[in-house]
Amino acid sequence: MDKVRKIGDVVLSFENISLSFGGVKALTNISFDVREHEIRAIIGPNGAGKSSMLNVINGVYHPQDGEIVFRGQHRRDMNTYESAKSGIARTFQNIALFKGMSVLDNIMTGRNLKMKSNFLLDALYWGPARREEIEHRKKAEEIIDFLEIQHIRKTPVGRLPYGLQKRVELGRALAAEPSILLLDEPMAGMNVEEKQDMCRFILDVNDQLGATIVLIEHDMGVVMDISDRVVVLDYGKKIADGTPDEVRNNQNVIDAYLGVAH
Amino acid sequence: MFYREAGQFKSSYAADSQIFPIRQDRIGFGLIIAFAFLGVPLLAALGIVSNYTFTAILTPFLIFSLAALGLNILTGYAGQLSLGTAAFMAVGAFGAYNFMLRIDGMPILLAFILGGLCAAAVGIVFGLPSLRIRGFYLAASTLATQFFVVWFVTKVGWFTNYSTSGVISAQKIRMFGYTFNSSMSKYLFVLGVVSVLTLLAKNMVRTNIGRSWMAIRDMDMAAEVIGFRPMRTKLMAFAVSSFYCGVAGALFAYAYLGTVEPEGFNLDLSFRILFMVIIGGAGSILGSFLGSAFIVLLPIFLNIFLLFLETSLHLELPSGISSSIELMVFGGLIIFFLIVEPHGLARLWQIGKEKLRLWPFPH
Repeated sequence: MDKVRKIGDVVLSFENISLSFGGVKALTNISFDVREHEIRAIIGPNGAGKSSMLNVINGVYHPQDGEIVFRGQHRRDMNTYESAKSGIARTFQNIALFKGMSVLDNIMTGRNLKMKSNFLLDALYWGPARREEIEHRKKAEEIIDFLEIQHIRKTPVGRLPYGLQKRVELGRALAAEPSILLLDEPMAGMNVEEKQDMCRFILDVNDQLGATIVLIEHDMGVVMDISDRVVVLDYGKKIADGTPDEVRNNQNVIDAYLGVAH
Repeated sequence: MFYREAGQFKSSYAADSQIFPIRQDRIGFGLIIAFAFLGVPLLAALGIVSNYTFTAILTPFLIFSLAALGLNILTGYAGQLSLGTAAFMAVGAFGAYNFMLRIDGMPILLAFILGGLCAAAVGIVFGLPSLRIRGFYLAASTLATQFFVVWFVTKVGWFTNYSTSGVISAQKIRMFGYTFNSSMSKYLFVLGVVSVLTLLAKNMVRTNIGRSWMAIRDMDMAAEVIGFRPMRTKLMAFAVSSFYCGVAGALFAYAYLGTVEPEGFNLDLSFRILFMVIIGGAGSILGSFLGSAFIVLLPIFLNIFLLFLETSLHLELPSGISSSIELMVFGGLIIFFLIVEPHGLARLWQIGKEKLRLWPFPH
C-alpha cells in the first residue's frame, strides 16, 4: 500500500506515563510515540490499559506520573477542552453518541468548536448565525457523503443498528477535522463486511485527510494489515513496540496472548 | 393522502433546515397563527368568544405554555431536572413589579425583560449544584430554590413594597399610550410575547447552543471530549430557562392574576408545570404547548362532563367531588403517560404525522 502522505515527525510522545486508581495500577511507565500521518495501533489483552491510554491522550484521565510531549510542548497531562481545541478527536469503545439527536445533528456537534456565533445570534437565527449554520451544514454533508450515510441523516441515532452507529460516531469525530484521531475498537461487534467498510474509511481518512490515527483493535488481521506501528500493552505495561512484523514475532507478545506454561 | 411531501424538493441547505421543511406544516402553522392573532379577536367581536374564554382559558394557557417551555429547555433539552420553576416565575414577577414601581417611565416590556434577567441570575446561582450532582439529587437541590425564594420575598418587605398582606397589585400594562385593559387586549399582548419567545427558543434548540444542551443531556462525557464545556452549557441552560420562567411569571402577575402574593408561586405551581412538560413531551417545543393546553383544559372539560352527568342522571354529587375526581384523573393520566408514552403528546403527534404520510396505505 503506498501512501500519498509520508509519515512525518513525532507529534505526540509519552515518557514513563503511570496512572493508577487507588491501588489499581492501570498504566505503569508507558513510553511510546506517535508520528504524523501514521496509523498507530495499541493492542493487548482485555484490561491491559489500552482505553486508559486513550483517555490519557485526550485528557479524560490525568496520569500521576510521567510527561506528555504534544507538538513540542512538554506537559504533565492533557485536558479535554484543550485537546479537542488542538485537533484531537475520538470515538468510544461503547458507542457514546447523543441518542436523542439525529445523525446530522450528531455530526454537527462535532463542529462546535469551529462555530463562532453566540447564543443571542443563534436565537435570532439571523445574519452571521444563519450563514454559519448553513456553512457547517455543508461540511457535515461532506462527511455524510464520505461515510455513505445519506439515507439516514435525519434519523435519530438511537434507532440505528450498531454498525451504522459506529459509523456515525466516526463521522462526529471527523467533523472536527482532527489532526489526530483516536479510535477505540472501531470494529468491535461488526461482521466481515462492516469491518471491511470501516477499514476502508480509516485508510481513507488517513490517506486523503492526512489524519494521524491511534487505534485500539482486537481483530489482529485488521491491526496487522492497516497499522504502521504497533504498541503492545499487558497488565498496564508495555511489552513490545514496532512494526506489525516485529510485534508478531515477539516472544513476549505471543506469551501474553497465548499464555505460557509455568 | 393530503399530508405528503412527495414532489417537494430542496435545492439548498437553507431550505432544508427551515423550521417547517414540509409545505403542509408551514401552511397549517400559518393558519393557526393567523387564527390566534386575527380569528380569535374577530370571533370575540362577533360575541362568539366570551370574556371568560380569554381570562380562564386562552391567557393562562399561553402563560403556562411559556413557563413549560422554560422548564422544557432545562429539563427536556439540557436534561437537568428542576422543581424550582415557580420560584423563577416569582423572581420574574416581583422583579418586573419593582422595576415598574421604582423607576419612573419604565417601559413595561423592558421591565419584563429585566425581571427575566433577574430570574436568569438566580437560575445561574441555583444551577451551580448541577455541576456536581444530577437527577434526583439535583431535583432536591432545586427544591431549595423554591422554598428559599418564596421565603425571601415574603420576608423582605421591600419586594412587596411593604404591603401588609404581602399581596402586590400589578401595574397596568401600558405601551405607546395604549392601556391593555380588556381581557382580549391582554390576551393579544401575551400572545405577542409568547410567540416571539417561542420563535427564539426554537432557533436556539436547532442551532449550536441547543445541540450543546442535548449533547450534555444524552452523553456528558462525549460532549466534553468533543469540546462542549459542561459548566458553561449547564449554566446557560439554567439562565435561559429561568429567563423564560421569569417572563412567564411576570405575565402571570400582570396579564392573568393582576394581584399576586409570594405564596402564589408555591411548589404546587412548580409541579403543575413539570406535569405539563411530562405530559406534553420533554425535549419538544410543541410539547410545552400541548402539555399546557391539556392541563389547563382538562379541569374545565371534567367539570362540564361531571355537570352533564349530574343533570342527565339526576345524581346528587356532594360539592367538591369534581375537584377530587379531577385530581384522581390527573394522577391516573400522568401514570398512564409515563408508562405508555414517556415522550408525551408531542410524540403521539409525531407518530400520527408519520401514519398520515402513508395513509391510506399501511406502509
